Amino acid sequence: MFEETFTYEAKGTVLVIHLPKELDHHNCRNLRYETDLLLSENYVNQIVFDFSRTEFMDSSGIGVLLNRYKQMARSGGSVYLRGVNRHVERALAVGGVYKLMKCLDQEEPIVARS
Amino acid sequence: MERFRMEIESLSKNEEFARTVAAVFMSRLDPTLEEIEDVRTAVSEAVTNAEIHGYRNETGVIEIEMEMEERDLTVRIRDRGVGIENVARAMEPMYTTDTSGERSGMGFSFMEAFMDEVLVESEPGRGTLVTMKKRIGRWRP
Repeated sequence: MFEETFTYEAKGTVLVIHLPKELDHHNCRNLRYETDLLLSENYVNQIVFDFSRTEFMDSSGIGVLLNRYKQMARSGGSVYLRGVNRHVERALAVGGVYKLMKCLDQEEPIVARS
Repeated sequence: MERFRMEIESLSKNEEFARTVAAVFMSRLDPTLEEIEDVRTAVSEAVTNAEIHGYRNETGVIEIEMEMEERDLTVRIRDRGVGIENVARAMEPMYTTDTSGERSGMGFSFMEAFMDEVLVESEPGRGTLVTMKKRIGRWRP
């Protein structure tokens, strides 16, 4: 099913990562390799995780978010979250990521910084 | 009391299978969507642990047992893998043996956040049993 995979959208220095329907360990397996490749080939200083089609997330999703956050923080970049539903919101709260990442409104534009 | 027991292979694609079965079984208790999500999350965490820590990503059998009595749901997830040397330390938030940086170390924290009770029994070389309980339908009179 198409929802099982991540899709990527690059807008200047902003990388939007569209997350799958079920964000668990199984579906997170390829993300590290794929984003590492994208980040090594492109200059990215902001990552937006788009949860619009995500209905389930466990702590595997938190691991992915935190690792990307550390990568971005090292180069002075930032990570944003978008399209978070109620269940994902609770998982994000338990995972303590709201201190590190800002939630954007669905259509809030992301301003690329140089 | 109603119960079921099943065995699954420790394959990552079975994480979704296990939590879906759990959701279907508990639906007889007329749970809220939130309660279903809580149990789905906790089952997913315990099955993932069994697979990547208990069996170290090798093939093994994960036993899942669920029972309900009135409003009380009990979930037992067991592996016959390597076991945990120090359960208290493994349950500390952010503690992980993973070196890839991709694991948050929050599996047990998630189980504790979404269930009422989490008990972990483990013996090195013998495996691990996670027992989780939750009362369903607290909002009902």
